Amino acid sequence: MNKEMYYFVAAVVMALVSYIPRALPITLFTKQIRSRFIRSFLYYVPYAVLGGLTFPGIFYCTDSFWTALVGTLVALIVAFFEKSLVIVAAAAVLSVFLSGLFL
Amino acid sequence: MSNYSKVSEFKDGVKKGIPIGVGYLAVSFTFGIWAVEGGIPLPLVVFISLSNLTSAGQFAGTGLMLGLASYFEIGLSVFVINIRYMLMSLSLSQKLDRSTKVGQKLLFGYGITDEVFAIASTREREVTAHYMYGLILTPVIGWTLGTFMGAAVGIILPERLQVAMGIGLYAMFIAIIVPPAKHSLAILCTILISVGIMCLIKYVPFIKIGEGFALIIATVAASAVMAALAPIKDREGDAHE
Repeated sequence: MNKEMYYFVAAVVMALVSYIPRALPITLFTKQIRSRFIRSFLYYVPYAVLGGLTFPGIFYCTDSFWTALVGTLVALIVAFFEKSLVIVAAAAVLSVFLSGLFL
Repeated sequence: MSNYSKVSEFKDGVKKGIPIGVGYLAVSFTFGIWAVEGGIPLPLVVFISLSNLTSAGQFAGTGLMLGLASYFEIGLSVFVINIRYMLMSLSLSQKLDRSTKVGQKLLFGYGITDEVFAIASTREREVTAHYMYGLILTPVIGWTLGTFMGAAVGIILPERLQVAMGIGLYAMFIAIIVPPAKHSLAILCTILISVGIMCLIKYVPFIKIGEGFALIIATVAASAVMAALAPIKDREGDAHE
């Protein structure tokens, strides 16, 4: 088999294992879950996921810990004042860019 | 579709998806450049981004592909990284408009990325199919187009700017979780427990767990603890204490 064909099949395999875990649970679970515990559990899932996706990964997403720290603090402060998503993201990007000139 | 107009739902989704699309555009150059440099033909590189629509998984899978790994190894590695989506997808199923059809779910299910989940799951009202279509539209375009631009012409932003853009998607997560954490001690605790577990797994030297599994463990533990300590009010909707 030539290399191109191998790449293509591999990409399809990757696409399938990316698609299945996303599409199947939401398709199969059609009922409103009755259990109060499970409903509470699922209520907290987004916050747990997003917290875990953000920290500590955010400290490694730029080329230096210090610029990442500045960006994180700026994002936390701006988000604390409940500014929109775009404002928070722009402020963080800008602060990393600016601090990168010095740090 | 019960109470909402399809058009307004779609529009609302598009509006909420644009920042994600812009963020994806900025970070997907890197994937495009890296993958063609590795020797994967341009159309395939673009196909990978369009069909996978995920960052960690497709980077890992493509890396294995370049090392000519077996299909099984590639499939298993990418699947393990993507297991976290099952939790997100399950969580979202409880927020979905009851009249959503199977075909619709199979369609927009493709687009449930970390960022799309972040926006959809924290929406104030229930989520409809047309809202999801709108929400995933610009992220799909941004991710694919950015990959193409990186792969085809080596377009890359000035290095300092590219580095700075990397924090944008993380900052969006912060913008989503901080306001509710300010108003709900239970949500704040959920976040702190999850982050604490992620840090433990990352920094305690003898714990060797990949990041995909780490996130699942942290999420399940934090959500279960808080569901036991602070169960939400026993009625429809997502009101909490």
